[in-house]
Amino acid sequence: MTEAEELKKIADREYEFGFVTDVESDSLPPGLDESTIRQISSRKDEPEWLLEYRLKAYRHWLTMEDPSWPKVERNAIDYQQIIYYSAPKPKKVLDSLDEVDPELIETFEKLGISLDEQKRLSGVAVDAVFDSVSVATTFSDKLAEMGIIFGSFSGAVKEHPDLVRKYMGSVVPYTDNFFAALNAAVFTDGSFCYIPPGVKCPMELSTYFRINAAGTGQFERTLIIADEKSTVSYLEGCTAPMRDENQLHAAVVELVALEDATIKYSTVQNWYPGDADGVGGIYNFVTKRGICKGARSKISWTQVETGSAVTWKYPSCVLLGDDSVGEFYSVALTNNMQQADTGTKMVHIGKRTSSTIVSKGISAGRGQNTYRGLVDVKKGATNARNFSQCDSMLLGDRCGAHTFPYIEVRNSTAKVEHEATTSKIGEDQIFYCNQRGISTEDAVSMIVNGFCKEVFSELPMEFAVEAQKLLAVSLEGSVG
Amino acid sequence: MSGKKENSMLEIKGLCASVEGTTILRGIDLDVKAGEVHAIMGPNGSGKSTLANVLAGREDYSVDAGTVQYNGIDLLELSADERACEGIFLAFQYPVSIPGISNAYFLRTALNAVRRYRDESEVDPVDFLELVRSKMDLVGMDEKLLHRAVNDGFSGGEKKRNEILQMAVLDPKLAILDETDSGLDIDALRIVAEGVNALRKEERSIVVVTHYQRLLDYIVPDHVHVLSDGKIARSGDKSLALELEKEGYSWLQADDAKAGNNA
Ligand SMILES: Nc1ncnc2c1ncn2[C@@H]1O[C@H](COP(=O)(O)OP(=O)(O)OP(=O)(O)O)[C@@H](O)[C@H]1O
Ligand SMILES: [Mg+2]
Repeated sequence: MTEAEELKKIADREYEFGFVTDVESDSLPPGLDESTIRQISSRKDEPEWLLEYRLKAYRHWLTMEDPSWPKVERNAIDYQQIIYYSAPKPKKVLDSLDEVDPELIETFEKLGISLDEQKRLSGVAVDAVFDSVSVATTFSDKLAEMGIIFGSFSGAVKEHPDLVRKYMGSVVPYTDNFFAALNAAVFTDGSFCYIPPGVKCPMELSTYFRINAAGTGQFERTLIIADEKSTVSYLEGCTAPMRDENQLHAAVVELVALEDATIKYSTVQNWYPGDADGVGGIYNFVTKRGICKGARSKISWTQVETGSAVTWKYPSCVLLGDDSVGEFYSVALTNNMQQADTGTKMVHIGKRTSSTIVSKGISAGRGQNTYRGLVDVKKGATNARNFSQCDSMLLGDRCGAHTFPYIEVRNSTAKVEHEATTSKIGEDQIFYCNQRGISTEDAVSMIVNGFCKEVFSELPMEFAVEAQKLLAVSLEGSVG
Repeated sequence: MSGKKENSMLEIKGLCASVEGTTILRGIDLDVKAGEVHAIMGPNGSGKSTLANVLAGREDYSVDAGTVQYNGIDLLELSADERACEGIFLAFQYPVSIPGISNAYFLRTALNAVRRYRDESEVDPVDFLELVRSKMDLVGMDEKLLHRAVNDGFSGGEKKRNEILQMAVLDPKLAILDETDSGLDIDALRIVAEGVNALRKEERSIVVVTHYQRLLDYIVPDHVHVLSDGKIARSGDKSLALELEKEGYSWLQADDAKAGNNA
């Protein structure tokens, strides 16, 4: 097969996870005003302070404009057409998996992430967000013994209001951007995690998100707090069924690392990318930010982004504590008509803070891939260090790669290094592989995986394998 | 040579090929029997690498006329990777590098692709390492090269040894070595040639493309062909190579002139 045919085949691949679960759901009608927000809040039985917070965010959001600065083209979003609340109707409070709607379980099984399996085989604690409400939280008891809190955001609002109130919005205030404001106004659920001082979380904490009900925007919120000298690794995976209209996904993730704490946050994102002509697909506009509050704290973001029609996402680190460390490792793949504008912000405030950025962008089909990053060294950040590497790989000649590395340095002792490369998979490389018996399909996926190696090696083992497979599927057009 | 069989491994008839509209091969006839070693010599630009690439199935060369039978099958019907799996191996004149992929991983992927094609079980990393180590001794290659990216930053000689290592591991039926001797120092030439000789066997045919008679002192060919302007101008036995070493290719022009052949 020629490279051109191969690329065509890649472009023709179908989305593997396109099915809809028929679970009775309790939804609000589409539309957004203050009464929508009051209804969300009352259905969730929320305290007054949270309702107030939502309303303030909403009023602020009304003053803001839908941003158009990223290098993407998209349809305008009609915010009055979105359903802001949709919960699977629970018959009663769910204590164990046995009580979860079997059809729901089946959905998870189709996704290959059956909670049961997860529980048995991998020892990964899973907090599954199905549409907007957490339906099952596993391993919580075991973690609770160590003082670790891991569960739904709504649960945390009820059980640990002080922690939520103290940290929610402290990293991403609702004034931050248009989508953060929208999320603060209408978020329905998400995950909450607190690791007490000195505790090393013994397992990877994992959440699988899945957008289900038609026309439902997903606005989840995640808050992770690692107290002094604690360590946690958090995995986020997502899958969405096939839909014709564009669905909005505007999540907020906040990470707080106190003195000597380490947070590792890994994402594998494969939301529905739309079809080969660019119809449908998820708009993935997520605000992710972590603050290294204490000295010697560390936050590490690793992301593998293969899905969504449009992705805007800049997982960032505010390096406030002296000697704190921020890392960003990213693989973003765009195929067909997909567009990704992603990168990071590293804000150096504390002394001797250091950051590493490794970004690998892969464009195929007519995909557009943009790296946008900011290294911002503030005045007091004596001896700050940054190393950035942004590599792009092009498959075919109808796709594009763009790099916008912004650097602002206000301290002369800072050392900032930036490297960038763009490569193409050469026909001579493919032929070399072919001549050794390797098919074009396998050769492309092998070369792409080699290109992403530095990022994959940052992922927890099981996730790295999954990411590699996902990339192969995204590229091959056949389920392997 | 002993053990020669009469059945053809490779039978090329009237092969014409072009690249980007320029005709390069102008009617090649060649018959390689199982177990034979053929040497192809000829001036720069005469089409030796083109012939090798056409046989290996490179897409950007178009075959305009002629047939190629390989062990009784129509070779031209197969894609490049199928040809490789059927046992055709090309040691490249200029091996490309593939950054990010270790040499060991690449070679194991190739071996397993070939084995799958033959309905054989895949080789696990441990058995593979054992196999590849034994073959590395054969070509005198440093194990460090196994863990570097494919040909990435390899010296000219290292690349050539790596090609022969791949050949030894993949165990082809027909090996085409395109100037594997160029870029090798004198000792390396001997080691690689000995390696190739060790791989000579009844069921394997080898086509060596070379400019130097010296290689043929080690790998003694059954037939020598001179390619000129996309055609085989002369064929003979080993003595033809010695003759060329002395006389060069000037006689080719004389032949051309005789035939009244000018541009
Ligand atoms: N892609 C190409 N486009 C145009 N001409 C080409 C292309 N590839 C090969 N040629 C031409 O075809 C002719 C034969 O090239 P080839 O590489 O087969 O020669 P060779 O006999 O292997 O020479 P050498 O001894 O220098 O390796 C040369 O004139 C070369 O320039
Ligand atoms: Mg050549």
